[in-house]
Amino acid sequence: MTELLPLTPSQTVGPFFSFALPYTGGEALVLPETRGERIAIQGIVRDGEGRTVPDALVEIWQANAAGRYAHPDDDRAGAELDPAFIGFGRCPTGVDGGFRFETIRPGRVPGPEGTLQAPHLAVGVLARGLLKRLATRIYFSDEAANGEDAILAIVDPARRATLIAAREGDDPSYRFDIVLQGEGETVFFEF
Amino acid sequence: MIDSRRPAALAGFRPEPPGSQPPYLHETYRSSRKRAPHESLVPIPQTLSEITGPTREWPRLMGASAADLTAGFKGEPLGERIVVSGRVLDEDGRPVRRTMIEIWQANSAGRYVHENDRHPAPLDPNFIGAGRVETDDDGNYRFMTIKPGAYPWRNHDNAWRPAHIHYSLFGPGFGTRLVTQMYFPGDPLIEIDPIANCVAPDVRDRMVSRFDLATTLPEFALGYRFDFVLRGRLATPMEHA
Repeated sequence: MTELLPLTPSQTVGPFFSFALPYTGGEALVLPETRGERIAIQGIVRDGEGRTVPDALVEIWQANAAGRYAHPDDDRAGAELDPAFIGFGRCPTGVDGGFRFETIRPGRVPGPEGTLQAPHLAVGVLARGLLKRLATRIYFSDEAANGEDAILAIVDPARRATLIAAREGDDPSYRFDIVLQGEGETVFFEF
Repeated sequence: MIDSRRPAALAGFRPEPPGSQPPYLHETYRSSRKRAPHESLVPIPQTLSEITGPTREWPRLMGASAADLTAGFKGEPLGERIVVSGRVLDEDGRPVRRTMIEIWQANSAGRYVHENDRHPAPLDPNFIGAGRVETDDDGNYRFMTIKPGAYPWRNHDNAWRPAHIHYSLFGPGFGTRLVTQMYFPGDPLIEIDPIANCVAPDVRDRMVSRFDLATTLPEFALGYRFDFVLRGRLATPMEHA
């Protein structure tokens, strides 16, 4: 085997990215013609002392309503692309540590060993103080399929609830707080 | 009927070699103390969610390249004009094509266009310090800017950040996301910077650009080279179809 090139190390995004990384429409993933059920996802990012984090950047990546990713590697038959949906979102937290996305409920996508995953979003968190991105997932409290999701099954049952956004109201809106450290710490993944 | 088969040729990304990336908690970097998770990361297999990403969609999301950070103002920004070029590669040396590199930095006096930047150095009306450039089909990129200044920060007594440019890249998938900083050769602040030294010195030095006369534009701008290396693909799919 030939030797691999050495990876470029990660560094913190720092406190001063707000004039560069947010872009218009970053939090709103839907167009009028986007297919699927409209949902909102909102929450607050907190640190190890329970303080809100006003300088974080939250990113999401998700499949469309049919369970298809807008990516050339996802070329499955039977799950159609939606030309009005990409599935990437980016939201800086406000002074209250809050973020909010307007998107659609994703469809189910393949998981390990021929299983189907429960609907979920991949989430990345960047902030001053984080030398590397933190990766987590958002699942939905009203999805029966959570019980058969192979990734959720890996997670300690006592901590699983940190990955599940709570439905609020009929719009519907989901609540997903992110705790970087300490009591109620969100489950973060490596892959 | 939902198709549960994984796409045929889809391989996951190589695991990151130990020591190639910083830990979350790095005591001398004060901000990491209350933000680094206490729990270990939970290892999960890579699925479509980690392997895919908005690879080809960046121009649709945020617009076309803006590769000259000195352009678009009434006058010329103050400072030393530089060209930065290089390639985005994966660990196997394959070019990462058509990926967006987002760029941001302080001005030549070490001041950011940000309301919370309290450094009493002047703002430059002819410089913001934000741009982006998409790699070409060989993974090449190139942009024009001015060399950022060093600046003080409150991490510890008399703390100064070495001059650096911030970068954000996505690469082929969610699992190859990289946010990093590039430093300049010969900067004495690199040796004593807690952020740059969150990895071992030989790993740290991968973030130091190289002066390059061939990139330098005669009588106009000094040239620096900097290559990014993102995770490569495993030869075979990680999961059983």
